Amino acid sequence: MSAPHFKSKLGRFTAITSIAALSLSGLAACSGSASGSGSEEAGGTITYWASNQGSSVTQDEEILGESIKRFTEETGIEVELEVVPWADLYNRILTAVSSGEGPDVLNIGNTWATTLQASGAFVPFEGEALEAIGGAEKFVPAALATGGAEGQAPTSLPLYSMAYGLYYNTKMFEEAGIKQAPKTWDEFLATAKKLTKDTDDDGKVDQYGFTLAGQRTANNAHSAFILGMQNGGELYTTDGKPDFTNDGVVSGVNDWIQLMGEDGVVSKSNAEINDGSVLPGEIMDGNAAMFFDQAPGKSFNAAGFKDYAMAPIPLKNADATGLEATQSLVAGINVSVFENSDNKDAALEFVNHLLSVDEQKKLNAKYTSLPSVTEAFDDPAFDTPEQQAKKEILANNAAPMPLFPTEGQMESLVGEAIAKQFARIAQGEKITEADVRKALEDAQKQMPAS
Amino acid sequence: MSAPAQTPPRISEPLKPRDASRAIKRSSIKRDRFFPYALSAPAAFLELLIHIIPMLLGVWIAFLSLTQFSIANWVKAPFVGLQNFTTALDPNGPIGSQFFDALGRTFLFTFLVVAIAWSLGIFAAVLLASKFRSNGFFRTLFLVPYALPSYVTTIAWAFMFNQRDGMVNRFLVEDLGILEEGPFWLLGGNSFFVMVVVAVWQFWPFAFLMLLAALQSIPNEVYEAASLDGASLWKQFTRITLPMIKHANVVLLLMLGLWVFNQFDIPYLLFGPVSPEEATLISPLIYQQSFNNWNFGVGGALSVVLLIALLIVSAFYIRLVMPKGKSIDD
Repeated sequence: MSAPHFKSKLGRFTAITSIAALSLSGLAACSGSASGSGSEEAGGTITYWASNQGSSVTQDEEILGESIKRFTEETGIEVELEVVPWADLYNRILTAVSSGEGPDVLNIGNTWATTLQASGAFVPFEGEALEAIGGAEKFVPAALATGGAEGQAPTSLPLYSMAYGLYYNTKMFEEAGIKQAPKTWDEFLATAKKLTKDTDDDGKVDQYGFTLAGQRTANNAHSAFILGMQNGGELYTTDGKPDFTNDGVVSGVNDWIQLMGEDGVVSKSNAEINDGSVLPGEIMDGNAAMFFDQAPGKSFNAAGFKDYAMAPIPLKNADATGLEATQSLVAGINVSVFENSDNKDAALEFVNHLLSVDEQKKLNAKYTSLPSVTEAFDDPAFDTPEQQAKKEILANNAAPMPLFPTEGQMESLVGEAIAKQFARIAQGEKITEADVRKALEDAQKQMPAS
Repeated sequence: MSAPAQTPPRISEPLKPRDASRAIKRSSIKRDRFFPYALSAPAAFLELLIHIIPMLLGVWIAFLSLTQFSIANWVKAPFVGLQNFTTALDPNGPIGSQFFDALGRTFLFTFLVVAIAWSLGIFAAVLLASKFRSNGFFRTLFLVPYALPSYVTTIAWAFMFNQRDGMVNRFLVEDLGILEEGPFWLLGGNSFFVMVVVAVWQFWPFAFLMLLAALQSIPNEVYEAASLDGASLWKQFTRITLPMIKHANVVLLLMLGLWVFNQFDIPYLLFGPVSPEEATLISPLIYQQSFNNWNFGVGGALSVVLLIALLIVSAFYIRLVMPKGKSIDD
């Protein structure tokens, strides 16, 4: 073999330029990975990115497959379904928005609605588009309010409604002699400490009071929001400026982080978890007794696990009112239509199908979430004690995540900042409230001007 | 790869009468002058389309304020001059400090991975260049990491390094009993070394393959003569093998260096969208800024700085190390 050699300046210049190009191609690869494409055959096929709502992608494919089958039978429109896991969904949407190549219909976490609305990449539901799906009146107002910024036509419509709750293993509670779910943060810590123990006397703690996904940024951000509110702090000022370092938010985030730190009620191995869907498994396996989640019922049901119950997330002050009594965000999944869709009519028809009373009942029953359409929401089928509790939380103790266009970045940056503190604790570092404040300060500095 | 021809071939010349031969020669020279361009035109066009134009767009983006407000119609994104660069390069700012840390770390990562991958590659190549039984088996075995899709293998590594249930900790804690408690491999300082291990595992077979090919082009007689003269194996390696594969090495090190420097897949698959602080390399940082934080302008500025840094390093490398002018036969 003989090596290339460069006889002229031009040759050398060419070589250097090619290397530069080669070296940047790696970066180009980062940005060029949009998959899925707008449909081409008019009237024929649309693509749908669904979020992972079931206990597994396969379960989603089954549940949604049935719904799609009903839709295709009715309308003749084929739907290509792709279930995107939560860890990838936001990035996939961002890539789709930046490349203009995306699905026709997609699910979004409702807290991203305002951020994605600002991109202008999604069809606003007003006029004909809104009529096509049956008008705004059919929705539960609080759920519809998550569709975008106030005063603007929503670019996403609520599909599944959820609220955070404290889920716990009833058997473990019984064995520890705990009669009822904790109502205040102090009670919660005491309960968690009681349940954190060495069950086989080998000198190592093998059962923890609480479990969380340390690297899952969205969940960390949600906790910052809820616990921040309970401590009297909001993540944004009223005029939409990020305000991550006010005392309330810092205390709330500190409460969350110290569960693994000072309080020691969360296993350090949780610092590595970046997928929230493994948490129900921790409860079922008896590794931990409690966790915060939105709708884990389907995971428990899929495994035939019955020993669980739900209570509202404990309050910092038992007699808190107003914002300080926040126990959940108005959580849920919304559905959007991509502005670049080649087949908007079919896409809207599909959205209309998903938001029909019948489908709302069927899908939400399977996903153990609440319908976002009033008629289905009020159906007696959604009146189990857990669902009633959730409805009550949504009505009285839930606030929407900040409806500002930089909310998406806030979730990423605050969530990352918290994830990094968990990583430090896992490696034996002690994190103080001052460290928490510093981390939130750094996160805030990286926020774009809105 | 072969050296470009110095003179156009003149195959038909001796068969023709003198005059006709001149005419044909003239036209063939004309044709030959055009011919190489015609041949390279499709490649040049694709190069332009796939590499150069996106690269120039990347440079342009670095001067725009490109966020979710402007991304859907980015041609109209506001021009902000050098603002993204001042943000990205302010060593006291949160992004700048991350960038400079990541830059140093990426150089260290590249050095370690290339050095280890090359050493393993040359060792295995020298070993397998000689003929012995089951030689073919080992060659195939060593190429396995290269043949497997990197996504699959990196995810497998991530499972193995999981703190609670991973094979590595199970082996260290339960089987060998060396450690009381399994350390975290994918968080903190260890994560950097895990990344090095995975990258070496993935890249060394390529070094091995290139070096093996180069070694096989060295005639056996040279070694026979050297051993007759009493040269030790080490001497033969340093005085014959290394000089004779120099040119293959030069290209190999450059390619490996650039690939490893721009490494994105491995950290992304090991750690997810956000790498631990101690293992944040440049490409994932750019990704993080661009996609997690929707700050494409700053991401673009970081890419441009990276491009310039790599250009300077590569230019020096080519000037200093790459063979010049004369034709080489090895």
